[in-house]
Amino acid sequence: MADYYKDEDLDRFGEIGKHNPELFQKFMDWYNTSLTPGALSRREKVLIGLAVAHAIQCPYCIDAYSKSCLEEGMSLEHITEAVHVASAVRGGASLIHGIQAHNTVNKLSL
Amino acid sequence: MKFTDKVASAQFHPLHATEIRILQVNLGYRCNLSCKHCHVEGRPGRKEVMNRQTMDYVLSALNKDPVKTLDITGGAPELNPDFTYLVQEARQNGNHVIVRSNLTIFFEKGMEYLPEFYKKNNVEIIASLPYYHQSTVDRVRGNGTFEKSIDALRNLNSHGYGNSSGQAVLNLVYNPQGAFLPASQESLEDAYKKELARSHGIAFNRLYTFTNMPLGRFKAFLVKTGNLDTYMQKLACSFNPQTLEAVMCRHILNVGWDGTLYDCDFNQMIRLEIPDKYPGHIRDFDYALLSKREIAVDDHCFGCTAGQGST
Repeated sequence: MADYYKDEDLDRFGEIGKHNPELFQKFMDWYNTSLTPGALSRREKVLIGLAVAHAIQCPYCIDAYSKSCLEEGMSLEHITEAVHVASAVRGGASLIHGIQAHNTVNKLSL
Repeated sequence: MKFTDKVASAQFHPLHATEIRILQVNLGYRCNLSCKHCHVEGRPGRKEVMNRQTMDYVLSALNKDPVKTLDITGGAPELNPDFTYLVQEARQNGNHVIVRSNLTIFFEKGMEYLPEFYKKNNVEIIASLPYYHQSTVDRVRGNGTFEKSIDALRNLNSHGYGNSSGQAVLNLVYNPQGAFLPASQESLEDAYKKELARSHGIAFNRLYTFTNMPLGRFKAFLVKTGNLDTYMQKLACSFNPQTLEAVMCRHILNVGWDGTLYDCDFNQMIRLEIPDKYPGHIRDFDYALLSKREIAVDDHCFGCTAGQGST
């Protein structure tokens, strides 16, 4: 499993479109448009992408968005802060479910 | 694909100069720093230094219209013993003078006069500041360089440099700190202005984003880390034919420390001289011939034509 994710596989992404070109094209249009500067700059958008990449722990996305962050003029300081935000939200999501555990325990306890 | 093929496909081959607006002069490779991205491989102890006779040839060429601007670079050009002579003579002749300074040179022994000298001679300063965070700058340029650079910028601001009047121009230069292309000049300038003002109370006029050329120390880094092929491919894939219209070699002429002529400072570093059919030394400067010269190119030129261009 050590080579489960291969760098060169990212370049094969287009192969996903072979079996349903229409849906793949719609996805690509949506994906590219979402990164186009609007109310948010491209710089802000790729930083969001990096944070999400860490939250979903996608190796391809982490590589791609780390490079995009550098190319948008961001440094390890920016990247590390964004990863902390993603991790904190992810950690908080687990922690808040402690309330559900408390609710269950309280309901069953004398 | 070769750079010449790309130029040909854009209908620009062979690439020719259109004029000489700027004489870019390298006063020598000696520097007080040894930055990791330096294409010149400047460092203390380098022996290449332009002498006064060559400077006089430069001044003579500058008197020939329409060459109006002297762009001084190095190494750290301030380390040349005749640096002030060249600047003062050019200013007296009415030339616009630009100096590419690393800022930290202000703190070397005997160099404390520089901010006052620059202001007095109305010199435009283009200063290297690869980033606005200390850790990043110190990693690329050496420990303590960020703090010195910030102190130097504050000093220049106190001399009237960098304010919105545009009377004393202070422009900064960003270089990527690795094997990737620079961000757009506009977005990064905005980030630099906000961060330098917020954290250090510093103002400047414009930020230039330069692409790292695959030459010198930066090329050695690319080879050592296995990034050379990918980087070259990235530069070639980012080729933008629109940059050929205004690429810097078409309106400057570069002079080496020994007076040899080149199309740019990058060609100088790999000794890629202008073609034999043109005068090859500044003492033989001929505006009519050199302003329409054919430009010598190689694959490192992809660095100037990638994306929005780098000039």
